[in-house]
Amino acid sequence: MATSRSPTSGQLRSSDVNMLPRRAKIKEIINDNGRVKTFVLDCSIIAKPGQYVMVWLPGIDEKPISVSRADPLTLTVANRGPFTSRLFDLKVNDFMSFRGPFGNGFALRTVKNILLVGGGYGVAPLRFLAETALQKNIRPTMIMGAKTASDVILEEAFSELKVKTIIATDDGSKGVKGTCVDAAKEAMEKEKFNAVYSCGPEKMMAALAHECAKHGVRCQLSLERYIKCGIGVCGQCCCDGLRVCHDGPVFDARVLKGVEDFGRLARGPSGASHAL
Amino acid sequence: MDVSTTIAGVSLRNPTVLAAGILGTSADLLCRVAKCGAGAVTSKSCSLEARDGHPNPTMLDWGEGLINAIGLSNPGVEEEVKELKKAVGKSGVPVFASVFGKSPEEFAEVAARVAEAKPALVELNVSCPNVSSDSRLGGKIFAFDAKLVAKITDAVKNRVSTPISVKLSPNTPDLKEIAQAAEDAGADAITACNSFGPGMVIDVETGKPILSNRVGGVSGPAVKPLAVKCVYDVCSVVEVPVIGTGGVTNGRDAVEMIMAGATAVGVGSAVYYRGISVFARIDAEIKVFMDSHGYESLADFRAIAQQ
Repeated sequence: MATSRSPTSGQLRSSDVNMLPRRAKIKEIINDNGRVKTFVLDCSIIAKPGQYVMVWLPGIDEKPISVSRADPLTLTVANRGPFTSRLFDLKVNDFMSFRGPFGNGFALRTVKNILLVGGGYGVAPLRFLAETALQKNIRPTMIMGAKTASDVILEEAFSELKVKTIIATDDGSKGVKGTCVDAAKEAMEKEKFNAVYSCGPEKMMAALAHECAKHGVRCQLSLERYIKCGIGVCGQCCCDGLRVCHDGPVFDARVLKGVEDFGRLARGPSGASHAL
Repeated sequence: MDVSTTIAGVSLRNPTVLAAGILGTSADLLCRVAKCGAGAVTSKSCSLEARDGHPNPTMLDWGEGLINAIGLSNPGVEEEVKELKKAVGKSGVPVFASVFGKSPEEFAEVAARVAEAKPALVELNVSCPNVSSDSRLGGKIFAFDAKLVAKITDAVKNRVSTPISVKLSPNTPDLKEIAQAAEDAGADAITACNSFGPGMVIDVETGKPILSNRVGGVSGPAVKPLAVKCVYDVCSVVEVPVIGTGGVTNGRDAVEMIMAGATAVGVGSAVYYRGISVFARIDAEIKVFMDSHGYESLADFRAIAQQ
């Protein structure tokens, strides 16, 4: 089993973590939409939902990508910069290398009813979480937020899992009109959830955390930062005093209460902060 | 039992010092390390202008230690001073500010700027092994050249009244002579040493060096005997206190460094091996050692290996 860690203790080394790059062949590529592709690799890893791998393209860069399925290892990637654009050039039977999995992952408590809230490509790690929850007889309800109908991803994957899914689009072109926070609020008013799990834009998650607090529901949020070492040493990904790469990327909303950077600031490659 | 120590007039509650380049990116992280028991904390090296550092991969565990080529990323001295001020005000332990420049004048300028934040000590990083190919830094490692080290030390001493420590490179046969030169030029302490190499790790699947910079500084448990020898050598020639750094992971390692002559002990890669609470753990382990060996203070066994 992957080692469990807390912010103040914890070793990272475990035989389940690939510290040196592992090479895997691309078995299948799914075009989720114009900006998002899902890569299915010919290998599996032992990982928890919410963990990520560092995907390496030699000579180009290495970036954190959340695991959207561990067996076979599946990565759902948004094209958002030079690295991902090179990743998008890869074809079936090409290779990619990765290290990890790293990070803590979502803590799936033994409860009955959970709500998953994904904004944009933040839906990806929640697919793995939904799959894992079902195996533990926990009933997930999924809320997917997107700008417009064509941005919705992994709808089919969730329908294959038979997970009740609510889609919210900003322009109302698919599902309900509004943000995923609006939809989550409505869902929590109708039904009692034991816990909420979210990944997506940080401002969205900050608003969601606020709603969850009002409804007295615990929530865990997956954060994104510029990650360098991935092993909690360099400090580049810090969010106040939290190391997103190692203490996170998933944090309980109670831990983020009072964290000044949360929902506001993130550091770039030099360590200088910019507004989110 | 007393594990306190004094470096260049700066009192530390215990000899553990967070080494530069580890977790020193924000005031909040420095404060967290202080809470985790460090005797002092060192901020990440900063330069006059912001630097992005090297692309990833920049750090990995190669099996027996770490290798890194972060490439001195930092937001530049103006941003750094803000973080340092916050850390100095909040951390409750001495804050050391690490600086670097591409010339003696620039070292002095950056040191003078960080001194505004009132750090307890300024550490001069003349020895980063990962930027030798960086023409913006003159393409050389200053710490290989005794005259240059003296010139940088002297330039900084002329600008700031804060005590300074010069962080040397272990990767030179002239370490003793260079340490002596730093002391003669007015260094108040020596940090011995920076990471080793540079080394290289090649991915055998693709045949490519893994670090984007191809080479990087080697650290962690694997380098400890090499680092202890460096500290021993430096302590044999200088009078000023030495911060012994390299592969210290537990209390026994720290004791070794002190027996080699170190006054304080840098802790870096051990954050990876034992978690962020490693500082308090090393502190406790030193006390257990002292208790079982009848030592009352660090001075009781400091430099006994030199006899």
